[in-house]
Amino acid sequence: MRRLCTFYLDDMLFGIDVDAVQEVLRYQTMTPVPLAPTVVAGLINLRGQIVTALDLRRRLELPERPVGLLPTNVVLRSSAVGASLLVDSIGEVLEVDDESFEPPPETTQGITRELILGAYKLPDQLLLLLDLKKTLEIGTEVQA
Amino acid sequence: MDEAVQAFLLESHENLQQMEKELVLLEQRPGDRELIASIFRTVHTVKGTCGFFAFSRLEVLSHAGESLLSRLRSGELSVTPEIADALLALVDAIEEKLVSIETRGDEGTDDNASLIARLTTLAQPGGEIPPPPAPPGRPGKSPRRKATARPAKTGARRGSGKGPRSAKAKVSVAAAAPSAKLAGTGDVRQAVQAATVTESAVRVDVRLLDGLMDLVGELVLVRNRIVQLSAVSAATELASASQFLDRITDQLQDDVTRTRLQPLNTLFNRFPRLVRDLGTACGKQVAIGMSGGETELDRSIIESVKDPLVHLIRNAVDHGVEPPEDRVATGKPAQGQITLKAFNEGGQVVIELRDDGGGMDAAILRRRAVEQGLVAADESAQLSDREALRLVFLRGFSTARKVTSFSGRGVGMDVVKNNVESIGGTVELASELGRGTTTRIKIPLTLAIIPALIVRNGKQRYAIPQNNLLELVRLEGQQAHGGIERFQGAPVFRLRGKLLPVVHLKHELSGGRPGEFEVRALAREAVTNIIVLQADGRQFGLVVDGVDVTEDIVVKPLGQLLKGAPLYAGATILGDGSVALILDIVGLAQRAHVLADAAPRVVAARPAGAEEAVERQQVLLFRGPESGRMVIPLEKVARLETFPILAVERIGGREVVQYRGGILPLLRVPSHFAGERDRVRLGTTVEAQDHLHVVVFTEEGRQLGLVVDEILDIVEERFTVEGVGVREGVLGSAIVKGRVTELLDVQKIIGEAQTPGRRRGSGDGQ
Repeated sequence: MRRLCTFYLDDMLFGIDVDAVQEVLRYQTMTPVPLAPTVVAGLINLRGQIVTALDLRRRLELPERPVGLLPTNVVLRSSAVGASLLVDSIGEVLEVDDESFEPPPETTQGITRELILGAYKLPDQLLLLLDLKKTLEIGTEVQA
Repeated sequence: MDEAVQAFLLESHENLQQMEKELVLLEQRPGDRELIASIFRTVHTVKGTCGFFAFSRLEVLSHAGESLLSRLRSGELSVTPEIADALLALVDAIEEKLVSIETRGDEGTDDNASLIARLTTLAQPGGEIPPPPAPPGRPGKSPRRKATARPAKTGARRGSGKGPRSAKAKVSVAAAAPSAKLAGTGDVRQAVQAATVTESAVRVDVRLLDGLMDLVGELVLVRNRIVQLSAVSAATELASASQFLDRITDQLQDDVTRTRLQPLNTLFNRFPRLVRDLGTACGKQVAIGMSGGETELDRSIIESVKDPLVHLIRNAVDHGVEPPEDRVATGKPAQGQITLKAFNEGGQVVIELRDDGGGMDAAILRRRAVEQGLVAADESAQLSDREALRLVFLRGFSTARKVTSFSGRGVGMDVVKNNVESIGGTVELASELGRGTTTRIKIPLTLAIIPALIVRNGKQRYAIPQNNLLELVRLEGQQAHGGIERFQGAPVFRLRGKLLPVVHLKHELSGGRPGEFEVRALAREAVTNIIVLQADGRQFGLVVDGVDVTEDIVVKPLGQLLKGAPLYAGATILGDGSVALILDIVGLAQRAHVLADAAPRVVAARPAGAEEAVERQQVLLFRGPESGRMVIPLEKVARLETFPILAVERIGGREVVQYRGGILPLLRVPSHFAGERDRVRLGTTVEAQDHLHVVVFTEEGRQLGLVVDEILDIVEERFTVEGVGVREGVLGSAIVKGRVTELLDVQKIIGEAQTPGRRRGSGDGQ
């Protein structure tokens, strides 16, 4: 059994280990970081700590979040990284078992193949397991 | 006991514990180079340090171990159970010595001859001897079994509790800073002092301080809110209460911040002794001068730079400073000088270590790196001299011709670099052959508080560290239009008659082509704010949308995800709770090319008796004949102009242009100095352009336009004019921005321009 914190992006359900999550916050105003990689949405003040918010839609190369839909912050536990994932909305904490897990089919391509470890087959939908470590490897080179 | 010895003991105990753990791991992963390197460093450190304290037996012992490890590291030998046993025995023997030093004040009488012999034999090629009979005095205990039994033993001994040791045990549990081990060491030292001296200090977990700091940050925000609310409320009692809250919060913020800071002097104070001892041991006379020790840094960071600095000082004394005879022979004073300087720059703390020794020879570095198989020959040939200096950061690199007791095994620079980078810092090297080497360590302040100017770019606010700030210039109305001029794609502003390169913040942050922004767009603005900044000893102007206030900000590191961002020195939280980025002024200047390649300038001590004029001056750098680089003092330059080629007229074989109601004679730099054949060729190149780039001089009321191929830069540098290449019109050569550059004799060429036809002037004979 594995407990996953789940969230939605473009109507798809994703999950990461619940232990990796420090807290979930409603939308926070962000300070943009010019010249940073585009996946960096901005900086958030989390009780005096500076946290880098990553736009998970951009990271996964999904369509841009519709205007007016304010993202939710999933703040990650590792304090050295100081990162938050911006998601469309937060789901429940789900217990999944390994029996229902399946690695991504050979046909998947591109970024999803890189960042998604596989899917748990829930009765009504697929729960995609995100590779958190790779997701945070956004490269250090900046634009232009 | 000597405080330094105390510190050495505590540190070594910890390192040995670590090494023991690593040795056990190494047996499981015999090929692990990282592990071998780490173990090697531990032994190297023990050896090096005990050399200073004259623990000669310990030194001989660890030297034997180091020799064996050195061969493991180079891959000449591989780890066998025998070797692992011998190394574990080494750990025990060192521990024994340390305990003896701690309890009796000396190393004891055991010279560990059999262990040294064993280590030495193992280090020989094919020297894998069967394990010798157990050393006398430890009958019936095979080294192997001892290794596994050790943790319990250590625990027991610690439990038996002398003051300092039990204190240490507590600390290593409590230490929690990113560099936990180093921070722990600091705690230990304090703890020991506290235990032995008074009980006036209390040790506090670093995590607790971090937590307090964050809470105070929150409190400040709440305070701001309350103060705002009370201002619009009629209740006088609320007003006085909020004032009280205001004061207390300020005080609290101040105090909590200060708890985490320490002056660098806590570290610097140990160096004079170190330099003296090292100098004596190497047979050299070395003095150390230090400044900026009052610079405050987060204490965990101070601990983290300790080892790198000790390494660098060791290198400077051992490799940098030459033996007295050699120094005297080259005209230097017999006593070498090491200078250690700390200061704040661009939201970072810079620690600069300079020696006036022999410097590093890029050619030798290249050759050594190839010999040691660290880079391929063709690869090394392509490295610039500056890049070649960085070869010393490769693991295993060594330049020393002989292995000495202190250095020369190639441990050092790679460790220095790793340690500094692990706390988000950088190491830069500059060296001048015969003059010395400068190492600059730049480290983030992390939690330091610095005064900063808050500026606006669009809706966003940015902080500029006050120590980069020279002045603010505000251009309004008519002034704002055309206040910034454009020359050769390089915007400049005339500040009290001097040309100041200008950088547009909005342009740089929007990812526009570095340094090239549209001056005309600025001219439409009603107000132009120029912040005059200084970075790396050079000045430039930064155009921003607005200027807010100056306030003290708490520098916070950017997370790992933004570690590579070159324009920011960190972030801070403003009074309203929003996050503002702190601009890295040096990075910004580099991006906008106002610092050019920003090679770290080595301002080495002048050799005694040298007559050259060393002065710092601003010069205009341009491309002259045969693509040579030339400079003229900026003070002689009146304006930089561009004339269409069609505006050039001829009078008596001389080219002139109409300029500001007068006639400006033109002199072509390319044709002026080039040979007959080149003159024609270069003349055509210039002719092929539509416009002429002209530097207008004024000298004793006379004006002259100097036509140049290309304006390269405005540079402020300290350089030495040497007599090389003196000829008609050229005063001599100097190294400007790392390249040989000719210095134009302005007076001479103006004089010539006034007497046409005497020598080859500009237009004649073409």
